[in-house]
Parts: sequence; structure tokens; C-alpha cells
Amino acid sequence: MSTQSTDARQQRLEAYWKANLRLIVTLLIIWFAVAYIPPLFVNQLNTIVIAGFPLGYYMASQGSLIVFVVLIFYYAFRMNRLDDEFGLKDK
Amino acid sequence: MAVSTTQSTFRSRLVRNYGLFTIGFIIFSLILGGLELFAGLPTAAIGWTFLLLTMALYAVVGIMSRTKVLDEYYVAGRNVPAVFNGMATGADWMSAASFISMAGTLWALGYDGLGYIMGWTGGYVLLALLFAPYIRKFGQYTIPDFVGARFGGNNARVVAAIAAIIVSFTYVTAQVTGVGLIMSRFVGVPYEWGVVIGLSGVLVCSFLGGMKAVTWTQVAQYIILIIAYLIPVTFLAVKLTGVPLPQFTYGTALQNITRLETEQNIPLGYITPFNEGLSNQSAIDSAKQIGVTPPAAVRIPDPAQPELGDWRGTPWNFLALTLCLMLGTAGLPHILIRFYTVPSVRESRMSVGWALFFIFLLYFTAPAYAAFSRWEILQNVVGQNVATLPDWANNWAKTGLLSIQDNTKLEGADVAKLPTWAATRVASGALVVTDANGNGKVDVAGATFQDLGDGKGQFGEISGSSVTAASTDGILQFPELNINPDLIVLSTPEIAGLPYTVAAIVAAGGLAAALSTADGLLVVIASAIAHDVYFRTINPRATAERRMFLGKAMILVAAAFAALAALPRLALISQMVAWAFSLAAASFFPIILLGIFWKRANGPGAIAGMIGGLAVTIFYMAMNYVNPAFNVLGITHLGAAVFGMPVNFLLTYIVSKMTAEPSKEIQELVDHLRHPVEDDELMTSLASGKTAPAHGAE
Repeated sequence: MSTQSTDARQQRLEAYWKANLRLIVTLLIIWFAVAYIPPLFVNQLNTIVIAGFPLGYYMASQGSLIVFVVLIFYYAFRMNRLDDEFGLKDK
Repeated sequence: MAVSTTQSTFRSRLVRNYGLFTIGFIIFSLILGGLELFAGLPTAAIGWTFLLLTMALYAVVGIMSRTKVLDEYYVAGRNVPAVFNGMATGADWMSAASFISMAGTLWALGYDGLGYIMGWTGGYVLLALLFAPYIRKFGQYTIPDFVGARFGGNNARVVAAIAAIIVSFTYVTAQVTGVGLIMSRFVGVPYEWGVVIGLSGVLVCSFLGGMKAVTWTQVAQYIILIIAYLIPVTFLAVKLTGVPLPQFTYGTALQNITRLETEQNIPLGYITPFNEGLSNQSAIDSAKQIGVTPPAAVRIPDPAQPELGDWRGTPWNFLALTLCLMLGTAGLPHILIRFYTVPSVRESRMSVGWALFFIFLLYFTAPAYAAFSRWEILQNVVGQNVATLPDWANNWAKTGLLSIQDNTKLEGADVAKLPTWAATRVASGALVVTDANGNGKVDVAGATFQDLGDGKGQFGEISGSSVTAASTDGILQFPELNINPDLIVLSTPEIAGLPYTVAAIVAAGGLAAALSTADGLLVVIASAIAHDVYFRTINPRATAERRMFLGKAMILVAAAFAALAALPRLALISQMVAWAFSLAAASFFPIILLGIFWKRANGPGAIAGMIGGLAVTIFYMAMNYVNPAFNVLGITHLGAAVFGMPVNFLLTYIVSKMTAEPSKEIQELVDHLRHPVEDDELMTSLASGKTAPAHGAE
């Protein structure tokens, strides 16, 4: 393998890793916001009641959970596509 | 192409088999329910049938999956499809605590209990984004394998193996205790026999087939536990609201709870956040369960006392606990190794999604379970005349899980043998029994309450500061009702007026939850000893047969020790399980994270980080446990990792920077981890376990 193609491969892998990190950081910000911001404002949120659910209570009991599940599937979906784009398909 | 065809027939066969299994279980339950209602099948027979039948099923799956191949024994042959690994992870994760105690904890703590719901699900996001794909790419057998390879050396490996054993052993002991309790409560065998019968069920699976058998049993156990969890609460919702979707309609329950709490002047509301000393209550419970009055030094504060009230209403303890549970979840070895068992990195990513989805089905329902039970209890139990409570309340009062502490209940009680709650009050001087007529019984019938002044009252033959107008009116007030949180899930079938068959299904579900977690943990303990300590460190030339033999022997030894530890039924164990999360968060989480995302992290850094993180965490835990007045921002010992975890990160960073950078091989290993297929040769040779690792691992 020539040096040039090794370099090109190296760059491609770095671009792949950067894209991965960007995605991780974005999703972790959402994760943090959903889990740790609502408890700070729980009393204010509880004044909003939807279908019987005080919003502050709901965010901790079910709202954040729904976001967690979506985040994980979204990450899997995006990363599997990123693997294809970078030709990193494994068996 | 041939490979993917085999894989897809394998998958469709799995779907068909487990589909038939589910339908079979439902039909069987309906038949038994019918027999109970129309043919009067005795309840004991129903209980036995369900427990023995489900255990026999697990045994069949376990025996069918028996294996002598190392890859199958340790990582289920790495061919578990994402969805099924998700179910297995769900069962592995959800223990007796999730199944039986979670809804009860929410029932008791209200908003504050939600820290457990968020913490034990949010951790999977970290697992999915930060760990699972790289653990799969690394593709060996254990977590100490990873620590040893990444941080270059057997020292790090052995430290990690010991940590994995300690965490898993406390956990497995708690599960075995749960098995014993379920067996003794539902089929009436003595607790000790329950432990032995339950453990033999665990062993049939993990002994013969290791991870392969454990995986396929766990899938079956997941199906049973989720059915068992959803049925009673759905019926309870139908009873109270007429709609069979408790997860979406418990808003009504929350509104009614708030209304009833206002009507009954209950000060600390269900929805109101941050009003409980979480760990303090559990400390009281665990002390009481082992029959110990906490010594003076272990001052367990009353949340109503102003000295500790300073931090009530602030979110810091809640946030700290949630964070520790999340980071701990991502660092638990028995969950991490599940991601070795999927066929590829792609599948590992999807697999975490499925795992959380299957866990979510239960956790999404738990708040509804708690809310409907609390509504039912506030409406139909509290505020009622103690003489006319619903039948189920009286039934559970007999088991001691529920006690009704109205002084009129003392009528006719033997003066020498008062109920526990009254005896405690007598011991503290709050209640004085004067057997005026000398008949050896407490006589209060027909008496009227008299205020003696000085905060004391008299009512027939009893007097003292705990005798008040409210406590002698024959009406059950909320503070007079003491409910063991475990009762909530177990009693719901009765609250909803369902046949005994449903209670038996719930018991089978609790058993499935406890057994599946115990299985996974035994595999971790056995492989830490047989693989990490023996094969990797002491005798790298051991043959495959010898390693397999030692692995199986270690499962037996670990199971025997777990049974011995479970027999005294120490409640301290449940405390230790809670601490295990903080310990995992302060030790494993930072170094695995830095190991993957920061190439410069090295062995000395990781060892310093782990030791420093653990030391700070244990120090805070011990200080706060002994003297709750020692705290920062009101954070209790359960959230201690909030202090230890940053110390771990910092020490790993500083010490790594001060010492030599990791070898070229290790840096290459990190590169390999980061790219799903890049140079699979090294990984395959590492992963097969048949050849000694080329480099990086030793």
C-alpha cells in the first residue's frame, strides 16, 4: 500500500471519527437537557397540566424516557448510515 | 451470501419459537384462570403450577443450549440478533428490585422516586453513545479484558476483575434473597428452601450453557416478566377509569391523589418535589429489617427536623442521585458484556436501543402502577373507618407488610404481646398501657378521648403523647398507615379484585426477573475468576477444556457463596446494591470513557484515577452514613460518586500527562476500536480467544 493511499485512508477515518464525535456531543446535550433541566424548574412546570399530568412530574416519569429511547435509535440509524457512507460496512 | 441466509433462517426460527412460547404462556394462563373460576382449583396448586412450570421451561432452554465451545460459553457464539439481545439485556437488567420494589418506591416517595426511573433508563443513552459499539468492536470475553488490554498490564486487569466480582456478588446476593422471598410468599415453602430451589433453577441454565444458555433463557424470562407486570395494572386501570391504558391515563390518578391529599391534610404531597431524605428512609428500613435500632452515632434524621430541612426543596440530592445511577448503569459489567454477544458493531448499536425499549415498557408503566395504587389507597383505605376497610387491606395487614396504627386497633390486644408498632411506641415512652382491670388485655372499647394536657391524652387503658383525638377516632389517617413498598406490586391483583391466577403470574414474573439477573451475574463472577485471574494472569497456557471446567466450577462456587450470604437475609445488602452504582460510576465509568475517547490516557493514570475516585466516594459515603449532618448541598451517601467521579477524571488526566504516553500498540488498539471494520484481522485474532493476542493485550 502506497504512502499516499495510507494518508488518504487516515484522513477518511479521521473525518469519520469527527462526524461520530459531533453526533455524540449533540445527542448528549439533548440527553442532559432532558434529564437535568426540568428538575430545576419542576415547580414552575407543574403549574402546566396536560391531560391530568403536571408537566414537571411527567418529564421525569415518562417524558425523558421517551426521548432516551428515541436518542438511542436515532444514533444507531445515523451511525449505521455513516458507516455506509465511509464504506465501513461490517459483515 | 450463504452466511446471511443462515442468519436469517436462524432469526425467523427464533421469532417463531418465542412467538409460540408467548402464545402458549397466555393460553395456559387463561386455562388455569378458567379452572380457578369455574372448577375451584385451589390457590396453592395454581402457585406451584406457575412457578414449577416456568422454572421447568427455563431448564429446558438451558439444557438445549448446553455447550462446550468457549465462544458460546462466554459470549453466546456472538450471533444473538439485536432485538433478542435487547430482550436478554432487559431481563438481565431488571431484577427483583425493578419488578417488585420500583413501583412501591414511587408510591412512597412521589416525585423524588422518579430519580430511579430516569437514572436507570438514562444510563442506556451513555451506554449506546459511548460504550457499546466499542466494547463490541473490542470483542473479547470480559470487561477486565478491556481494562487490561487498554491500560497495558495485568495489574489493571486484576483490579478490574476484583471490582467486577465485588459489584456482581452484592448484586447476586440481593437477587437470591428476592427468589427466596417470592418462593416462600407464594408457594409457602420456608425461605431457606426457596433460596435452594431458586438457585438450582439458576444453575440449570448458567452451569451447562454459560452465556449461550443464559441469553436464550433471559429472552423467555423477559417475555414472562413483562406480561406479568402489565396485566394487573391494566386491570386496576380498568377498575378505576374504565380505560385499559394505565400508562396514558394515570394523569387522572395524579389529579385525584392531589385532591385527596388536600382533603386529608397530608403535608408532603406526591407531586411536590424534593421533600424526602431518600437514603435516610432506606437506612431506617434496612436497620429495622435486620432488627437493629440504629446506634446513637448513626443519627437518622427526621425530614421534618429543621436542622436537615435546610436542603429540602433544593434539587441537588435528586440530581446527584440521578447522575450516579446513570453513570453506574453504564459501568456495570454484567450489562456491558451483553454487547459482546451480538454479531457486529451495527447490531450492537441497535441492540442498546432495543434493550432500552424493552426496559422502557416496564419503567414507563411503573409510575402508573404507583399512582393508581396510591389513588386506590387514599380513596378506599385512608379516611375509612378501620372496622370497615376493604378485604385486601385486612389480608395484607396479617402478613405484616401493611400495618394500621390507629389506637382503636389495640382493643383486645394482649398487653404482653402488642403489635410491633405499638411496642415501639411503648419502648419510646410515647404510649403507656395501664391494664387497669388486670385482664391482660388492652380495653379501649367504648372509651372516649380525654386531653390530659402537656400534649398527652388518655383513651381507656392507654395514655401518652401518641394518644390523640385523631389516633383514637377509629378513622384511618394517612400517617397511621404504614405500607412496605414491596406490597404495591404484589397486592395490586387483589386491589383490582382479580383471580389468584393473576397473583401467581405476578409471582412468576418476579421470579423470572430475579433469576435472569442472577444468571447474568454468576457468569460475570465465574469468568472474572476463570478467565481474567486464572487464564489471563496465572496460567495463559491452560487448555480450552480446563478453562471451561474451571468456569463451570466457579459458577457453582459463586452460587454457593451467594446462597450462604442470602440466608441471613441482611437488609444491608439492598443498601450495598444502591452503593454499587456509585462505586461503578466512580471507578469504571471514567476510565472506560477516557480509554476509548482519549488516546493519551495510560495505565498509571487509570490506576490512580480508579483508586482516587473510589477513595473519595467511599469516604463521603461512610461519613454521611454515620453522620448525615456531614454533607455537601444535602447530597446523601447514595449520590457520593458525584464527588468521586470528577476526582477520577482529574487524576487520570494529570497522572497520564505526567507519565509516558501509551505504547504504539495500545494507541493502534484505540484506533481499531473507533472504526467498525478497519483492519479486522487483529480483532478477529483477539476475539476468537483461540490464539494468544498478537499484541496490546498483555
